[in-house]
Amino acid sequence: MEVLLNDFSPGLFIVQTILLLGLIFLMVKFAWKPILNSLNERETGIEEALAAAEKAKADMQNLQADNEKMLQEARAERESMLKEAREIKEKMIADSKEQAKAEGDKMLKQAQATIESEKKAAVADIKSQVAELSVAIAEKVLKEDLSSNDKQLKLVDTMLSDIKLN
Amino acid sequence: MMQVSNTIKTLLQLLILCFSLQSFAVSDTVPEGAVSSKEQVDEYILHHLKDSHDFHLFSYTSDSGERKHVGFPLPVILWSNNGLATFMSSEFHHDDNGHVIVEKNGSKFVKLHSKIYELDAGASTVSFDEEHHATNAHKVLDFSITKSVVGVLLVGLLMLLAFSSLAKQYGKKNIPTGFGRVLEPLVLYVRDEIARPNIGEKHYRRFTGYLLTVFFFIWVLNLLGLTPFGFNVTGQIAVTACLAIFTLIIYTVSGNKDYWMHILWMPGVPVFVKPILAIIELAGAFIIKPFSLLVRLFANISAGHIVVMSLIAIMFTLKESLGVAGATGLSLVLSFFITLIEVLVAFLQAYIFTALSALFIGMAVAEHDHEHEHDSHGHEVADVEDVRGDFI
Repeated sequence: MEVLLNDFSPGLFIVQTILLLGLIFLMVKFAWKPILNSLNERETGIEEALAAAEKAKADMQNLQADNEKMLQEARAERESMLKEAREIKEKMIADSKEQAKAEGDKMLKQAQATIESEKKAAVADIKSQVAELSVAIAEKVLKEDLSSNDKQLKLVDTMLSDIKLN
Repeated sequence: MMQVSNTIKTLLQLLILCFSLQSFAVSDTVPEGAVSSKEQVDEYILHHLKDSHDFHLFSYTSDSGERKHVGFPLPVILWSNNGLATFMSSEFHHDDNGHVIVEKNGSKFVKLHSKIYELDAGASTVSFDEEHHATNAHKVLDFSITKSVVGVLLVGLLMLLAFSSLAKQYGKKNIPTGFGRVLEPLVLYVRDEIARPNIGEKHYRRFTGYLLTVFFFIWVLNLLGLTPFGFNVTGQIAVTACLAIFTLIIYTVSGNKDYWMHILWMPGVPVFVKPILAIIELAGAFIIKPFSLLVRLFANISAGHIVVMSLIAIMFTLKESLGVAGATGLSLVLSFFITLIEVLVAFLQAYIFTALSALFIGMAVAEHDHEHEHDSHGHEVADVEDVRGDFI
């Protein structure tokens, strides 16, 4: 301890104090302040740049998501349009089939009705002709000489075959 | 600006020229400066650890048996009983035993064990007691440009040049080139690993300038001490005391209310303990903390110098038992490895001094929140002060 105190030089202490004060002052003024300021500036610059990049990335992602969404929507729309068209087509086909069938049925019915009425008309005509023929046969029979039974029968036969031929 | 720096350069060159012109080779009659015996080695090491008034490079014994010293003298500035006295250290003719008397301003000065004494009025020679202490002379206030002061000036100049050039680089580009690329990570290291974690995000900016200055000052001086120029600046107790007192002043001045409350009236302890704690805390803040700083640096660097020089001295002291080659080889190997360790110690001590300064400052400016510092069992949660306890 005594040696330590003996080694302690007050003069050196004072000189060192003055020099250190000067050194701290000069270093702070000419070196540390500008260096630390520039370092801080650079760091905030880097931080800002990173944040901006991050933001740009997020924006990009948003944009991409939007695009994807729009694409999806368009696809869905197309799908629904196609479906609708298909439905319309099918409906139209079904409708026209129905219509055609109804038309056919109607025509068939008409034809049947026509046939029926023609038939009726033909039967009526036949009936009137038969009546006329019967009258004519009766006339002829009456005109012929109805002497024998045989002759009469023969007459009737001829008459009938005539009718058949008719 | 250019002109100013040019003028400074010219002045410096002149100064160096002056010194080198006066560079001297004074001869002693006896080759007492030669170092070969064990006692001489001890004396040489002790002499080296002290500050010196001249810049001594090396000595040799000439063919005619004269001891020659090569180096240059440094100015001696004294505040004596008769006022200021200045002369060059060459006037002592390398005498360190109080034989050569220099008369200036009506005062008589002698150099004794690296210290300058002023003879009492009427005395013409120094008389010694049994322990070789001067009885009729007293110490004077010595503001000399000693070897340590030269070291401080040199390091200060180097730091200013290196870091102001780094500062200038930032004006032109974002990323420094050349030597600045080496310096920038060091600055960042001190800021981010020492100042920021120890002081805290809120206050560290104010103290970073001081911490950076102290860190590089100590580190470069420590490294300079490992060169053959033989500086031992950070091994001077006056220098480390000055550094420690700077830290003491800074943390005392910037201490906040919480800090003083903690020292003078510790919260959370019984009242009768508070005064006892206050005494302990006051002693801690004003004596123990700065003392631990100054002694740690001084002791580590001095011890390093003693070990390196002792290992080099193996060359002489073990010459008889190991032979010249053996002693030299052993000395070289051992001192090589210890010098490597000293390079590490140079950084480590600068780091520890700066980190502890930052820690002390951090404790003084920390904003405590006492409600949250005690856990559910009432024990104090580990905080900065426990960490400090581990360091001291």
